[in-house]
Amino acid sequence: MRENPEKPAWIERKSSIDLIYRGLWVACGALAFADFLYRKHGTFRFEEMPAFYGIFGFVCFLGIVLAGKYLRKIVGRKEDYYDR
Amino acid sequence: MIASLPPGLILILGGLALVLVPARLRAAYMLALTFAGLAQIWILPAGAHGNVQLFGYTLTLIRVDKLSLAFGTIFHIAAAINVIYGWREKDTVQHVSALVYAGAGIAAVFVGDLVSLFVFWELTAIASVFLIWASRTERAFWSGMRYLVIQIGSGVILLAGVILHYRATGSIAFDKLGLVSLPTALIFVAFGIKCAFPLLHNWLQDAYPEATVFGTVVLSAFTTKLAVYALARGFPGTEILIWIGAIMTAFPVFFAVIENDLRRVLAYSLNNQLGFMVVGIGVGTPLALNGTVAHAFCHILYKSLLFMSMGAVLMRAGTVKASELGGLWKSMPWTAGFCIIGAASISAFPLFSGFVSKSLIMSATAENGYMWAWLVLLFASAGVLEHSGIKIPYFAFFAHDSGIRCKEAPANMLIAMGIAAAFCIGLGVYPKPLYDLLPYVAPYVPYTVSHVVTQLQLLVFAILAFALLVRHRIYPAEQRSTVLNTDWIYRRALPGLLAGMADVIRRLRFRALARAQVRLTRFIDTVYRHHGPQGVLARTWPVGSTVLWVAVLLCVTLLFYYFE
Repeated sequence: MRENPEKPAWIERKSSIDLIYRGLWVACGALAFADFLYRKHGTFRFEEMPAFYGIFGFVCFLGIVLAGKYLRKIVGRKEDYYDR
Repeated sequence: MIASLPPGLILILGGLALVLVPARLRAAYMLALTFAGLAQIWILPAGAHGNVQLFGYTLTLIRVDKLSLAFGTIFHIAAAINVIYGWREKDTVQHVSALVYAGAGIAAVFVGDLVSLFVFWELTAIASVFLIWASRTERAFWSGMRYLVIQIGSGVILLAGVILHYRATGSIAFDKLGLVSLPTALIFVAFGIKCAFPLLHNWLQDAYPEATVFGTVVLSAFTTKLAVYALARGFPGTEILIWIGAIMTAFPVFFAVIENDLRRVLAYSLNNQLGFMVVGIGVGTPLALNGTVAHAFCHILYKSLLFMSMGAVLMRAGTVKASELGGLWKSMPWTAGFCIIGAASISAFPLFSGFVSKSLIMSATAENGYMWAWLVLLFASAGVLEHSGIKIPYFAFFAHDSGIRCKEAPANMLIAMGIAAAFCIGLGVYPKPLYDLLPYVAPYVPYTVSHVVTQLQLLVFAILAFALLVRHRIYPAEQRSTVLNTDWIYRRALPGLLAGMADVIRRLRFRALARAQVRLTRFIDTVYRHHGPQGVLARTWPVGSTVLWVAVLLCVTLLFYYFE
């Protein structure tokens, strides 16, 4: 692909990254609001809670990444650990 | 004639005959083999046939039913895509290995008895190790050795289980076994090793990323899915599988976050996806088992797509370490696009293949009341998004620009990726052909408002979490590192322990030897003192004094004699 050093590509511009970021907030808001517009047919009672899936996904994602940071301290080694 | 040939044999024999084919025709020849194999399994009439008498046992080499057909079909499709991906690969060893390996996997899926299953089970191990060794590095050699030991070990345990099972029941038929006795438990463990159960899993993350660009793609399709098939055939509805599967989905997620080698990240993610299939087998209802088969089908396609894209990156950029990559979309836009399709599929975005297959397992788990297992699966779904959905494409193709500028992947690789990507979208948009292929009757509608909205919520909120973490620089930076896992036990701990024990034994031996030497020296000294040149017993006596002593003795004897 042709490159132009002066002008960064659309996806690299700060303005577009901000746009994507704000778009995500809007999308999440819309999806959470959508929960009020239809009848959810979940199996468990707690699924009926508005935005249950969204909050669950958000919390799990944060938990996984933060847990990974600590896990690295325990099981992370230098790259040549097994070659020495 | 073709109908009497066991499935898979076309690939095995055709693969072995590859060296006889002129080099420029080989790729086309191999592709033809996979098509012939696929046509054959669909021509075969349903039911068990192809019985062979051997040492008084009846071996069933052909058993065609919907379960074996579904796995046989996807294995052939995978083999065909592999051929295209490796179209320009010059290394004949890898091609022969890939064909025999795929053929063995297919043959194992169609056999109807445990002895034949054992034979092909071992053949998959032996044939596939060459794909790892073909990297021709020392690392790959030792990794391949460990892989081989574990895979062959799985086969040996299987054989032990089969022999005991035959003694107990008089049958070698491979039907539903259930976890009911020691023999079936052994068979279960053998399947579990190949299926990468927790703590038996690490051969996968150890070996797959060490194989060649082509080899890893081939490896990702067959071994573990053969094990999934075997579990689905032998142990459906075995409740412990729900928990084993749930753990499998959850724990690799954490390791995948911190792993730097992106092909190894995919190996963790493979492990996690197998967990979903295993849960489906554990639930064991028609819907759940259908879910397992559907998920295996879709998984083979999107997982090989992801491995193909990372293989292309490795080939062009020379590395798949996340810490070295970034910004590759400029050089490899097509590969990036295909990778994103694979990532969306594995993350189960609506309209992609993972969505229409994983949903069956999720629904079946919930409907049967396994709330905790279901929550773990939901957690793992967010985890999949993290490591396969975001981390793989983001760090390879976007993130910070690494400055690497390379050529786009070669045309044959792009075609192979394109075909897999077309399947991912095609099955996601129109799942009916996939559902028709499933073995049991359990109607399912994946696209309901509730389902689509809840799944989108899970995914988009999780993406928001990622954006937040990156924006606030909390997301851990990729580092060059090795992540320890259970292979540490046999690569470091056990050798360390053995070395320590050897050291202790060596020291004890030295001490014992030293002590023995002191005693021996003392003994020799004593003997020397008495018998040595200066010793009392070794003194030389003058002849005169000896004669005197003899005379004295004679006198004494005479006196005794006289007085008696």
